[in-house]
Amino acid sequence: MLKTHDISPEQIEQDKLYREMGLSDQEFDMIKDIMKRLPNFTETGIFSVMWSEHCSYKTSKPLLRKFPTKAPHVLQGPGEGAGIIDIGDNQAVVFKVESHNHPSAVEPYQGAATGVGGIIRDVFSMGARPIASMNSLRFGNLNTDRTKYLFSEVVGGIAGYGNCVGVPTVGGEVQFDDSYEDNPLVNAMCVGLINHDEIQKGIAAGIGNTILYAGPPTGRDGIHGATFASDDLGEDAAKDRPAVQVGDPFMEKLLIEACLEVIHSDALVGMQDMGAAGLTSSASEMASKAGTGMEMNLDLVPQREQNMTAYEMMLSESQERMLLCVKRGREQEIIDIFEKYGLKAVPVGEVIEEKVFRIKHHGEVVADIPVDSLADDAPVFHMPSQEAAYFKEFQQMENSIPQVGNHKEMLRTLLQQPTIASKEWVYDQYDSMVQTNTVVTPGSDSAVVRIKGKDKALAITTDCNSRYIYLDPETGGKISVAEAARNIVCSGARPLGLTDGLNFGNPTNPEVFWQMEKSVEGMSEACEALGTPVISGNVSLYNQSKGKSIFPTPVVGMVGLHESLEHITPSHFQTSGDAVYVIGEAEAEFGGSELQNVVHGKYEGKAPKIDLNIEAARQKQLLDAIQSGLVESAHDLAEGGLAVALAESVFTDSGLGANVKLTGEATVELFSETQSRFLVTVKEENKASFENKIADAKQIGVVTNDGTLEVSVNGTAVIHDDVKQLENLWRGAIPCLLKSKA
Amino acid sequence: MKFAVVVFPGSNCDRDMYHAVKEVLQAEADLVWYESNLEKYDGILIPGGFSYGDYLRSGAVASTSNVMKQIKEHAAQGKPVLGICNGFQILTEAGLLPGALMRNEKLSFMCHQEELVVENEITPFTSGYDKGEVVRFPIAHGEGNYFCDEETLADLKANNQIVFTYKNNPNGSVENIAGIINKEGNVLGMMPHPERAVEKLLGSDDGLRLFQSMVQNWRDTYAKNA
Repeated sequence: MLKTHDISPEQIEQDKLYREMGLSDQEFDMIKDIMKRLPNFTETGIFSVMWSEHCSYKTSKPLLRKFPTKAPHVLQGPGEGAGIIDIGDNQAVVFKVESHNHPSAVEPYQGAATGVGGIIRDVFSMGARPIASMNSLRFGNLNTDRTKYLFSEVVGGIAGYGNCVGVPTVGGEVQFDDSYEDNPLVNAMCVGLINHDEIQKGIAAGIGNTILYAGPPTGRDGIHGATFASDDLGEDAAKDRPAVQVGDPFMEKLLIEACLEVIHSDALVGMQDMGAAGLTSSASEMASKAGTGMEMNLDLVPQREQNMTAYEMMLSESQERMLLCVKRGREQEIIDIFEKYGLKAVPVGEVIEEKVFRIKHHGEVVADIPVDSLADDAPVFHMPSQEAAYFKEFQQMENSIPQVGNHKEMLRTLLQQPTIASKEWVYDQYDSMVQTNTVVTPGSDSAVVRIKGKDKALAITTDCNSRYIYLDPETGGKISVAEAARNIVCSGARPLGLTDGLNFGNPTNPEVFWQMEKSVEGMSEACEALGTPVISGNVSLYNQSKGKSIFPTPVVGMVGLHESLEHITPSHFQTSGDAVYVIGEAEAEFGGSELQNVVHGKYEGKAPKIDLNIEAARQKQLLDAIQSGLVESAHDLAEGGLAVALAESVFTDSGLGANVKLTGEATVELFSETQSRFLVTVKEENKASFENKIADAKQIGVVTNDGTLEVSVNGTAVIHDDVKQLENLWRGAIPCLLKSKA
Repeated sequence: MKFAVVVFPGSNCDRDMYHAVKEVLQAEADLVWYESNLEKYDGILIPGGFSYGDYLRSGAVASTSNVMKQIKEHAAQGKPVLGICNGFQILTEAGLLPGALMRNEKLSFMCHQEELVVENEITPFTSGYDKGEVVRFPIAHGEGNYFCDEETLADLKANNQIVFTYKNNPNGSVENIAGIINKEGNVLGMMPHPERAVEKLLGSDDGLRLFQSMVQNWRDTYAKNA
């Protein structure tokens, strides 16, 4: 990292010092054109973070345009801190997902903690009260000390921050695959609730208005975090630890309460959090969005350390800071509110007419940049795309059925795979109930959070089966959206929209860019088919280490609406005697399946196919049946197929079991991962009405009360197992892996 | 009966407590910022959360704040004080209750429903329960491992001060202690969250009777004194 700010503009050009900040020769030339002179050190730094992939989406922009983002109920699409969807009664739901992958790889506790803090700020900076957090995590298999350390610390960081800040972590997903061994993924999602008339925007409007800096002082932490996030994770990544920020959830809690009080003052014009690229991005974006300019005096910025340079202050990613635009003359009203919470808010600049971003320090102008050039003129790259070599090979492979000798033993084995096994060890560490709205706690298809005072609730899920996307990015992309919607529908809610957390490898590799392109196309098609627009999102690229890319992992965070609390449907079986139905037929589809991994130790072949028309029709019919009160429980079939879904459904405290009779090929019937399938239970008296509503539903058995899971295929008993024993294996798998010696 | 839900910087179960007593129980209640005057209130509720970020020790900083003087006076007058989770930690730090809360035995935060046994039903907080009754309240804490020396424990037992115990001790607490009351019987501290257990929709409404008991006992006392 560069150390001094005394370097001359000429030297930056001559020695190509801009490259160390992540700018290419071509980008540096563009900057010279914009500035009509050589940029100085601070200016070069400002451009480098604003034009980093993390802030500018320069390689992903052409792809993101493919996402459907509009619908009558979308109040705010991508572009602001978070997207907003109308849920009636003058209320709206605000949500977004964000990645904190690279910081978590080098400093897992703080990396994950500040990921949670950042996404919560995105939500309350819109004026919304954060009501729920979710996450989507990926690690290597739990067989090395390093992976176990990363896993434990990431979970600890999410818990440490989320619990203290008082936003319940209501659910999420964790998957394990070797491709994430050195480059774990930590995606955090936050959901907020807002009244329509309280929606804030991050704008610095009104010439002469004052810019207030609120929150703790600026330090040297997180400098160049955005750039760090936009490069491959090197083997010497540990040296980048200073680029990881340190979180203070207590400060964030105070900031939430202060900001949510401030929004009721008409002295406030706009506010934005200082996230990636800190003061630089928040200030320049607020001016750019308002069509104004901004002048800031860094001598006024609260500082935690001595002798900080302009470069350091502009690039610092110190946490829990907000930037506000306030009507001139009314600053004190806002300052007083922050004061009540023991927080400092100080004027640091003003809105100016000239559309420049002008920074003063020690009486000198240290940066003077056309403001729109930072946010809007970032280069857009159309990267070369090339079909991955493996794809052709996989597509030519015939669907084959993995050899299974003993189906009963195989079910036991599958239930202990970390991706399938109970995640109780993880979510028990999260306060999932604070705010007293959590109706369905972690461990179900979707979390459900009621809206106080109204007969409605929100369903929230995060999903992404990256194995399918690796095998076939387009099909896998469709599946990730469809599966999220399936989870929402199973809980009894209507899917409203989604936020995407796109995690990929190095986009300059044409095969990686092809994965991005195809998966976005697949996701977009599914969004159209299922009526779920993309309202916000995040892109994290360069997720690779030692030259190996992660599986393409476009995480879907979806929110749905229960139009009545009566519609909330559990994923577990409820009562002995209920009829067990499966919707959709199994086929010999094992590409990317858990069974394939267990039997063959790799993922290959074709991903399961998906017909979006069938998917949409079944989701609609199932939701209709649920809303008509015909359904006792609903669970989607996912990793491990029907057998795993059946087992999960009887893991209750009430001693239930199931007796199921299937016909067909046993391995296919039990473990196939064919898409668009559901496991549903129905009261005896509702069977006829249920069957009328759902064309593809077939009764396969009944819920029993003998605590035994019994499955026969073609009249032969293939599984006969004690539910408690199965449950113990499933519950104990992750704690056991964490304790065992690597 | 008018409740004050005391809000410290970093309290995060304050609104839940307020919702429980105001919206569900429909009692009179205010959220009261820690710098306010508590004189007009009949019952003090100290909610859970991370007051002052739990920096130094859980509850330590809050226990030295000015409002604690008022709370101590309130307690000395025999009026009810209830501290839940971080509120319990604050009460022990302030010396209103004996013992201390250490990190959970397993060292990690835990959040789930727990079964509790009502050990003492003759308090103004538990008169609505039966002795030995098993109730379900959520727990959500990283430092709920109750500890006290043997002498204190003997005292607690002798004076019937152990109000709730865990059926399956989740955190290593001495004698499975989940909640204790002061000798005078008007200050209760407990780690589990009754305010999270006031609606069946959220899994349990066993906690509602705790707040109902407080109101009932206040009414009885008030009627007697009137």
